[in-house]
Amino acid sequence: MTLLRHTQGGEITERQALTINPAKTCQPIGAMYAALGIHRCLPHSHGSQGCCSYHRSTLSRHYKEPVMAATSSFTEGSSVFGGQSNLLQAIENIFTIYQPDVIAVHTTCLSETIGDDIPQIAEKASEKGLIPEGKRVIHASTPSYVGAAPTGFANMTAGMVKYFSQSTSPNKVAGRVNVIPGWVEPADMREIKRIVAAMGLESIVFPDTSDVLDCPQTGVHEMFPKGGVTVEQLRAAGDSAATIALGPVCSGPAAVELTNKCGVPHATLPLPIGLEATDRFILELRKHNGGIVPQEITDERGRLIDLITDMHQYFYNKTAALWGDPDQLVSLSELLLTVDILPKYVVTGTPGKKFLRQMGDVLQDRKSEVQVRQGTGADLFLMHQWIKNEKVDLLIGNTYGKYISRDEGIPLVRHGFPILDRVGHQFFPTVGYRGAIRLLEQILEALMQLQDVECSEERFELTM
Amino acid sequence: MSESSTTSDMVLGGDASVTAAVVREELLRDYPAKTKKKREKQIVINDKQHGDDGSLQLPVVAANSRTVPGIISQRGCCYAGCKGVILGPTRDIVNIVHGPIGCSFYSWLTRRNQTHTPTDEHDNFMTYCFSTDMTEENIIFGGEKRLRQAIQEAYDLFHPKAIAVFSTCPVGLIGDDVHQISAEMKKQLGINVFAFSCEGYKGVSQSAGHHIANNQIFKHVIGEDDTQRSKWSINLLGEYNIGGDAFVIEDLLERCGIELVSTFSGNSTYDQFANAHMARLNTVMCHRSINYVADMIEKKYGTPWIKVNFIGANATAKSLRKIAEYFDDRQLTENVERVIGEEFPAVVEAQRKYRPRCTGKRAVLFVGGSRAHHYQELFSELGMETIAAGYEFAHRDDYEGRQVLPSIKIDADSRNIEELRVDADQDKFRESDRQQGIQREKQGYTLREYDGMMAEMKDQTLIIDDISHSEAERLIKMVRPDVFCAGIKEKYSVQKMGVPCKQLHNYDYGGPYAGFAGAINFYEEIDRMVNARIWSRVQPPWENGTPAADAISPLPISMEEPEESTNP
Repeated sequence: MTLLRHTQGGEITERQALTINPAKTCQPIGAMYAALGIHRCLPHSHGSQGCCSYHRSTLSRHYKEPVMAATSSFTEGSSVFGGQSNLLQAIENIFTIYQPDVIAVHTTCLSETIGDDIPQIAEKASEKGLIPEGKRVIHASTPSYVGAAPTGFANMTAGMVKYFSQSTSPNKVAGRVNVIPGWVEPADMREIKRIVAAMGLESIVFPDTSDVLDCPQTGVHEMFPKGGVTVEQLRAAGDSAATIALGPVCSGPAAVELTNKCGVPHATLPLPIGLEATDRFILELRKHNGGIVPQEITDERGRLIDLITDMHQYFYNKTAALWGDPDQLVSLSELLLTVDILPKYVVTGTPGKKFLRQMGDVLQDRKSEVQVRQGTGADLFLMHQWIKNEKVDLLIGNTYGKYISRDEGIPLVRHGFPILDRVGHQFFPTVGYRGAIRLLEQILEALMQLQDVECSEERFELTM
Repeated sequence: MSESSTTSDMVLGGDASVTAAVVREELLRDYPAKTKKKREKQIVINDKQHGDDGSLQLPVVAANSRTVPGIISQRGCCYAGCKGVILGPTRDIVNIVHGPIGCSFYSWLTRRNQTHTPTDEHDNFMTYCFSTDMTEENIIFGGEKRLRQAIQEAYDLFHPKAIAVFSTCPVGLIGDDVHQISAEMKKQLGINVFAFSCEGYKGVSQSAGHHIANNQIFKHVIGEDDTQRSKWSINLLGEYNIGGDAFVIEDLLERCGIELVSTFSGNSTYDQFANAHMARLNTVMCHRSINYVADMIEKKYGTPWIKVNFIGANATAKSLRKIAEYFDDRQLTENVERVIGEEFPAVVEAQRKYRPRCTGKRAVLFVGGSRAHHYQELFSELGMETIAAGYEFAHRDDYEGRQVLPSIKIDADSRNIEELRVDADQDKFRESDRQQGIQREKQGYTLREYDGMMAEMKDQTLIIDDISHSEAERLIKMVRPDVFCAGIKEKYSVQKMGVPCKQLHNYDYGGPYAGFAGAINFYEEIDRMVNARIWSRVQPPWENGTPAADAISPLPISMEEPEESTNP
């Protein structure tokens, strides 16, 4: 029996209007995730209550953590007359009942189609005295019919700069960099902070979901856990010496905003997943610390290289199919090529002009061996059709790949969002040299496990 | 007359002062005035009064009313109820969501509806997610052309027997006529194509979506196939096969010799719906999501209906007997008793094992439109008490019983949900079934009866409709229940408070919990949860105030000197 029994190979007809098994989801969930990375912030979804419910459920299933967020609970009436009274009431309730420092409002397809003006409503709330002294309501515009989850993350992150960051002096604080980590796991944000600290630099990382979505069990539920970038830090980001934006889609807009608003120069790098991408990150940090790379970091790099040189034979000439968010896919593809695995099929539903060019930069002379698809029709159904026509050795992507994995007998390494059926991703980083070791270990485990299950008895071996 | 005078000191938990009234006051304490006024009507003490004639008087619960914005509710939207809940479990309809990508993505395989296709040749589209993935251009210029094209592409690729279209929020605003397009495509393709105006903003919860879904299935599918069914044939309405529940019930019915024509909608197919009107009796499991379908089928085709419950071993036995009693046949009664006899020894053995480990523990349930009621059966079979409960999206009749139906006021939000006008079908109405119902009623058998949650709960327990996060947190702090039943959004915050949380929407990837086998699964699961050692290990041993020198390991293990070396 097959789970995706209606998916066939052969001649593939282009679809104009129907997306099947998407390799993306909508903007607001990215905005909600980003807002959770502000200390003492309650994300708020301005739309029907289903949006908020779906986003909280999906984030909770992925992180296995409470995801607190509120909604304007639109009814048919609000859809006709606008959602102002709903948002005003929500603001009053949230500040009275839950007492966050910040409410981060993101819009939805519904409130955007109606045309609700969030800053104007927030202004009104302020006039009516619904926003207590020192508390803030910020917002990002994230209609679901534009962009995808990563751009929602980007818009909310840029919103943090717009609302909070200030340049208080033309002299920037030497030795302090802002790092915008992109849509990565809490463990990755923690690892990025560790790397920057190891490089001897002070950092402001935003958003920062470590200690928010990987909280210890203490017997107490903290509505606002200890993690998250503080409003004070976001303000101070305008005085940092530089900004490093990791991942152009998720982090680029906030970095540009910070340059424009506060004159903080920025560098946009690929997500530091894999050897070369981490090298670039270290080199960028090195520009700000006097050129030093501590032995600790050099050793981590060395251990990664050691793993690759020792295990190269198992990676060599394998092929993989990848799907997910553009920033992730560019760096993952590069890592795979580093170990001589070909990222044969690469699919993202997230739009954005630079992705194909970046993939070209990564693939270089192997472009002709690879199929890359983006936007409408770039979905898991298409990727599965490609696989039906020519199989790959490995799948790398979110949980939805498990159906293809089972039908086709191809091992799946879970990476990206959402991972609904496993743990690990929230605890163990995949960024940095140590993260690359974890990713390669997972890939190796998948390949070796398949070999052990599938090989004949006489070829079953004890050692590698 | 009031029985509250004898039981008003019912203690919910903590110390003796924690009564429902005390808890209620605390839950409401910090709300802004307007919010408080609203919530006061939804947080109710189950003050059960008996009239002079012995009738039970229950307080009114202001259920099925708008959620207060900003309160952090459990509720989802109309679309979720329509596409996710009702149509989600049907395997052979291609469900195209007309809207931006998110709505379709989030309802893709997330509800754990299981389905069993006999062979690979049978259609199963449940593993697929279909969307028109509307972009800004479609919002500005309209999405009708795109929808038409998407239906065509779905047909060309999959050749399903039916295609359903679901409207999301912006579609309602821009005014795409999904029904007209569906009608046109139905004509063009020669298969059934129908649409649901289930925009997320409609109604006040998922419940509106259930209604919209069921209305359309009633209008467009039921009654298409008149194949005759046997004398003991039933439909099971409102069973969604989470974690394989429907499989258990199907097996029981089959062993009793009861023909299951259709299930709405766990493990279901299009053809089952089309033929549903030919069953001789409708049995309603989830009263909330589907009682009106039972009513409509009865009006149009004459099929009587009864309320059943297959959650709980006793409830299952009772429900099987009630079905047999309706058909009033000696053979069927024997079959049912045989099956109950086969199943019950294992249940009794499991109860003997788990009951002593669970007795006296307390549960609270805040979930769904029937589960918060049905699962109380299982807890009571374990000797556990339900001290507080409430629904996420139910109506007053689910709390207070169907006798309140005539007195429910239709508000602005309910008025927008279509009520179908149904008349008897001239050709297909079965007078004999109607007569059978009348006959049975004369003999004292009750049809169309549901007394709701509160009648079965203890006096002076706490009822909370559409519970908010703040209320849940305060409730836990005050009463420290042994288990909290809710959904994924609540699960991890409840557990962070040191209380195990059982998801009763998706069963935490466990189940089945229906029928006799399911009851045994549930006993074991609750025993696991309330007795897990880990809950007593949350506090580090160095944080109990003991001086370091006196601190002892929580698990003392005798440590001898090392084994003597075997080397000379």
